[in-house]
Amino acid sequence: MAADSITATPETSRVRGLPGLQALGFNRAQSIAFLLLLAFLAIGPFFLYPVFLMKLLCFALFACAFNLLIGYVGLLSFGHAMFFGMGGYLAAHSAKVWGFTPELAILTGGAMGALLGVISGWLAIRRQGIYFAMITLALAQMVYFLCLQMRFTGGEDGIQGVPRGRLFGVFDLSADLSMYWLVAAVFLIGFLLINRVIHSPFGQVLTAIRENEPRAISLGYRADDYKMLAFVLSATLAGVAGGTKALVFGIATLTDVYWAMSGEVVLMTLLGGLGTVFGPAVGAAVIVTMQNYLAEFGAWVTVIQGGIFVICVVAFRAGIVGEIARWLRVRL
Amino acid sequence: MSQDRRTLLKTAAVASAVPVVGLPARARAQSTTLKIGVLNDQSGVYREISGPTSTACVRQAIVDSGIAAKGVNVEVVQADHQNKPDVGATIARQWIDRDGVDVIVDVPNSAVALAVNGIVREKNKAYFNSTGGTTELTGGQCSPNTIHWTYDTYMLAKSTGGAMVKTGGDSWFFITADYAFGHDLERNTTKFVQEAGGKVLGSVKHPLQSTDFSSYLLQAQQSRAKVIGLANAGTDTINSVKQAAEFGVTRRGTKIAVLLMFINDVHSLGLNAAQGLVCTESFYWDLNDRTRAFTKRVLPSLGGNYPAMSHAGCYASVLHYLKAVADMGAAAAKASGADAVARMKAMPTDDDCFGQGSIRADGRKLHPAFLFEVKTPAESKGPWDYYKLLQTTSAEDAWRPLSEGGCSLIRT
Repeated sequence: MAADSITATPETSRVRGLPGLQALGFNRAQSIAFLLLLAFLAIGPFFLYPVFLMKLLCFALFACAFNLLIGYVGLLSFGHAMFFGMGGYLAAHSAKVWGFTPELAILTGGAMGALLGVISGWLAIRRQGIYFAMITLALAQMVYFLCLQMRFTGGEDGIQGVPRGRLFGVFDLSADLSMYWLVAAVFLIGFLLINRVIHSPFGQVLTAIRENEPRAISLGYRADDYKMLAFVLSATLAGVAGGTKALVFGIATLTDVYWAMSGEVVLMTLLGGLGTVFGPAVGAAVIVTMQNYLAEFGAWVTVIQGGIFVICVVAFRAGIVGEIARWLRVRL
Repeated sequence: MSQDRRTLLKTAAVASAVPVVGLPARARAQSTTLKIGVLNDQSGVYREISGPTSTACVRQAIVDSGIAAKGVNVEVVQADHQNKPDVGATIARQWIDRDGVDVIVDVPNSAVALAVNGIVREKNKAYFNSTGGTTELTGGQCSPNTIHWTYDTYMLAKSTGGAMVKTGGDSWFFITADYAFGHDLERNTTKFVQEAGGKVLGSVKHPLQSTDFSSYLLQAQQSRAKVIGLANAGTDTINSVKQAAEFGVTRRGTKIAVLLMFINDVHSLGLNAAQGLVCTESFYWDLNDRTRAFTKRVLPSLGGNYPAMSHAGCYASVLHYLKAVADMGAAAAKASGADAVARMKAMPTDDDCFGQGSIRADGRKLHPAFLFEVKTPAESKGPWDYYKLLQTTSAEDAWRPLSEGGCSLIRT
């Protein structure tokens, strides 16, 4: 589906990118979309509630990290909540108990994601398709029950009252707006890193493995090593997203390691557009906005959400961004 | 703060325009609007015990307080936190920062309850938790802005464990959910059972969200304990109660003590499955004339649901808050949530749901706890006629002593 549009688009489209942004691997349409994204990040907090925007960006980074795996390697992980949630727990614990500065706490979250990624990837990467999804789900449920039992996570109460602290020990982050700029920076770095990976030779090999793994192997690529690296990278960024979110809200709870969260990130990516650069972020924005702004409708939240999903599935088969890209005949 | 300055400016403007002494003060009183946010679960597992019924009870409290006649306008907003702490935290922050909400009420789910607790303290507003059960709210994370109204896990364990032994249930076996909540409940209840002279014959732990309880129930029956204590919550409780009914546990004379249950759970289980269960609530609609009068007033707006103790807590806490507001002035209550809560603690409480009571320094509301047994279908005379009273634990005995909570407000 979305795969055809990516491989069918000629390489020359990248050459026509806006100067300066070419180096990041963007084509012209992507450059424009990226500039719009930058503008949104810059003026967003003055129009929308900053805490809501920060949450949106954390989930957007999470969905982008997930998309790296499913969109470009073709691996459907159903256990990404473990990286997101454990990243959050470790960041919260390190900031609250060990007194880490926020940037170190976020990196600790990322390191936790990487560590879990290595362990679970080593086990899961040997299988494909539904087996891969089931192994990751099983591992994630193990992590969930560990979090439920371990002392440091606070069980069902979660870790509460995590201080945002001072960035580099200097800049106070307790004001929402200053925290916002940190979150926006983390998101941008993660987003550009993923984009760079996708457009690197390494990313091209990943796409080749997705399209035809036996052929990639026969060409001499060690497919498992490539998949493993992509998996760990995705897990790390998911951990970073989880850690950032824990600092924004000052809490880390079981919700983020629960399997429903793994499902939610799949939904975000599908809704936004599988295998598109901007799709996951858009999908995350739609879901988070619905969760927040439909809350006042009370019991109708889930009904309205269901209705919107049905409309999206019927009207946007390739996801919102995927469908827009098809209309405009560009790659987004 | 900015609100304050604005009212001040408005007052100054009115004062300069109308040179009549006394009028500015009245104008200010009339312009004050208080906003109460009901934050709870409106679509998930806690819908029946919180949900729209809580909002209706808060509205009833505003009507009953007669605060509108005193020139204070009170608005109610509500939202569904979907049992997600981040959704709850975002809504709570947005309500306070953007929408000028002064009070947040209800909040089931202990993770969300504690997250909101931190936010309200940071922003100096007021927070009355009714449906959350965690003792942390008046313990390690207690706050000068928070009142924990209706119940907590300590009180449930004390009432169910201690009072049950007095009615003859002196040997226990626990079926416990295998995580901190279940462990705490079992440990506390065990302590009270033993203090009252009973003994615990054993316990078995089940993973969270089990579907098959048959092996645990058989183990419990083989122990020949007089009481099987269910130290779990939500769907686990519902599933274990249903399966116990299928095994005919209560019909053979064994009592099942459910440590966390509301009347709405009894209603959805049906009396056939729930008959003979023993549980603790701090309010029952058919308890006395005052509770019946309250229920009669509020019932038309509940859409068929009946109020549980959690709903009564929303009503009573808001009613008491509005009394404090009438006493100290709406502007002062709006300016500082901590001041409003301090005034509430200084005043004795009196309402139709819980009768007379008081609020302790750590934010714990004190009232009696009632041990109920669920009636058999033959005993039940009408709709929602579900409970008969077994024992009452007095307000002095039901709650965790101040010294054991570790609340930092006490030492200062």
